[in-house]
Amino acid sequence: MKPSNSKTKLVRVIAWIAGLLFVLAVVYVVAMNRMMTKMVSEVPSNLDYSTKRLSDNGLFNVSYSASTGTVPINQMHQWTLHVDSADGKPVENATITVDGDMPQHGHGLPTSPQVTKYLGKGDYLVDGMKFQMGGWWVMDFTITANGQTDAVHFNMQLK
Amino acid sequence: MKTKQYLSGLLVLIGFALFIAACSSFGQTKWSEDELTSLHSLWIGNLQPLPADPSNRFAENPDAAAFGQKLFFDTRFSSNGKVACGTCHLPDKLFQDGKPLSNGVGTTNRRAMTIIGTAYSPWFFWDGRKDSQWAQALGPMESAVEHGSNRTFYAHLIADNYADEYTALFGPLPDLSNLPLNAGPVQDPEAAANWAAISKQDQEAVTRIYVNMGKSIAAYERHLIPGEARFDKYVEAVAKNDYVSANQILNTDEVAGLKLFIGEAHCTNCHNGPLFTNNDFHNTGVPFAKGLPEDTGRAKGAQQVMKDEFNCLSSYSDAQPEQCTELNFLVADSDKLIHQFKPPSLRNVAERGPYMDAGQFATLEEVLNHYNTAPAGPIGHNELEPLNLTDPQLAQIIAFLKTLSAPLNTDGKWLTKPEDLP
Repeated sequence: MKPSNSKTKLVRVIAWIAGLLFVLAVVYVVAMNRMMTKMVSEVPSNLDYSTKRLSDNGLFNVSYSASTGTVPINQMHQWTLHVDSADGKPVENATITVDGDMPQHGHGLPTSPQVTKYLGKGDYLVDGMKFQMGGWWVMDFTITANGQTDAVHFNMQLK
Repeated sequence: MKTKQYLSGLLVLIGFALFIAACSSFGQTKWSEDELTSLHSLWIGNLQPLPADPSNRFAENPDAAAFGQKLFFDTRFSSNGKVACGTCHLPDKLFQDGKPLSNGVGTTNRRAMTIIGTAYSPWFFWDGRKDSQWAQALGPMESAVEHGSNRTFYAHLIADNYADEYTALFGPLPDLSNLPLNAGPVQDPEAAANWAAISKQDQEAVTRIYVNMGKSIAAYERHLIPGEARFDKYVEAVAKNDYVSANQILNTDEVAGLKLFIGEAHCTNCHNGPLFTNNDFHNTGVPFAKGLPEDTGRAKGAQQVMKDEFNCLSSYSDAQPEQCTELNFLVADSDKLIHQFKPPSLRNVAERGPYMDAGQFATLEEVLNHYNTAPAGPIGHNELEPLNLTDPQLAQIIAFLKTLSAPLNTDGKWLTKPEDLP
């Protein structure tokens, strides 16, 4: 058995302090990381950002594209909405209303976009599109065709 | 025994090194991917070329701009001969007047807004009641408290003092000889009565001159663009990953303030883009100014712009109706818009007090306090929520805001009153 002496005790104390510093450093780095990601993690993590989605009751398969390619901020632009029935046939001459908002901020769009033209083959021109800030937006389209109505929602993370 | 000592020693070293590393990362702000995107979006290098104004076919005409500059500074265009646009939009005060309310022939109910960079905005005035720079320029001219005069008086002035310049740009002037000196759809009862009494053709002829004045002034105002500031130089350095230069451009407080500005303080909800404004309308619960009527802001402004004599869809606009997108898709539902106002650009904000629509806050400290505490607003839906920032943090945001000041990116000749004016 080794006699315990002051030198061994000192080494042991230093080792404990080193271990504590190590743990503190890890905690600090993790905490800093947490703070940085705090903003993003306020948005639900399982959001579907797809540009093609099925409407709430499965009546319509809807996709969109922006006239500018990526959706811009603070710029007037247009969308083309494509509406298919559930079995993939273009839906013609539907009545469509447009709405949008930022769930985290409780405010809507700065403009009042409208479907202004039926372009044929299930394509609809949405004019007056504009977003006044970046972040999580939800666009809602209520579609009525052949006496049936359904709504589709698109999530976007604008930067 | 020696192995144990070695291991302990190593553990000490590792622990120490990690601790030092963690501490040293505290002094250096490294930006995340999202933050870098945000910084880039605010950078002046990202400012798009001036959008065309389809409603003003003289907008890019340099002769119209030179003519408009003279009109801008000519005090004869007022009832007392002492008020020009430049009286409340002073070039050496960033094209505003530093007062809570403005003094023309009378006193206004709202403070003068800066003109710099406004050619990028689709709406004008705090409530957006005008949808073009030229229509805005004509507003104060017939306001009873600003220039206090009327379009027929101005038409006579043009004919007497600017006939050559006007004719070269717009064609021959109509005969104004049998028109009264004062006539216009204004508050002054005599001028209003005179206006009602003249023929529709004469009204149109006079209004056409008035409109051309506005379009010239707008052509001049398009030249007033904000310049590159210290903040922009910082973003350029950061983009090159040159933190040595970056940290010489902005100090730690200014950087901390910037981090709050794009983060916890949520300023970029409204103050976004290279002009630090989205030119949209927001209710931030600003208190009513004492002694002034209640101000519903955009709620009234939206109604007014729809009916405006000079809006994009009017016969005096040069735009095709389908080009009037902002007006065609206007949000006019009044409840949502109550007490909403257009946020001014924050470029040069430190030099542009007092703040808010009637100068309710004298200093940036008061502004930041308001945003931090988010008191209940007088009417409508206040968008603010308390930020719970500390006093040092608020001071850091103010330090950052000061880094947005810079001389205009405008040729000097546009920044002074023309010499040949009386």
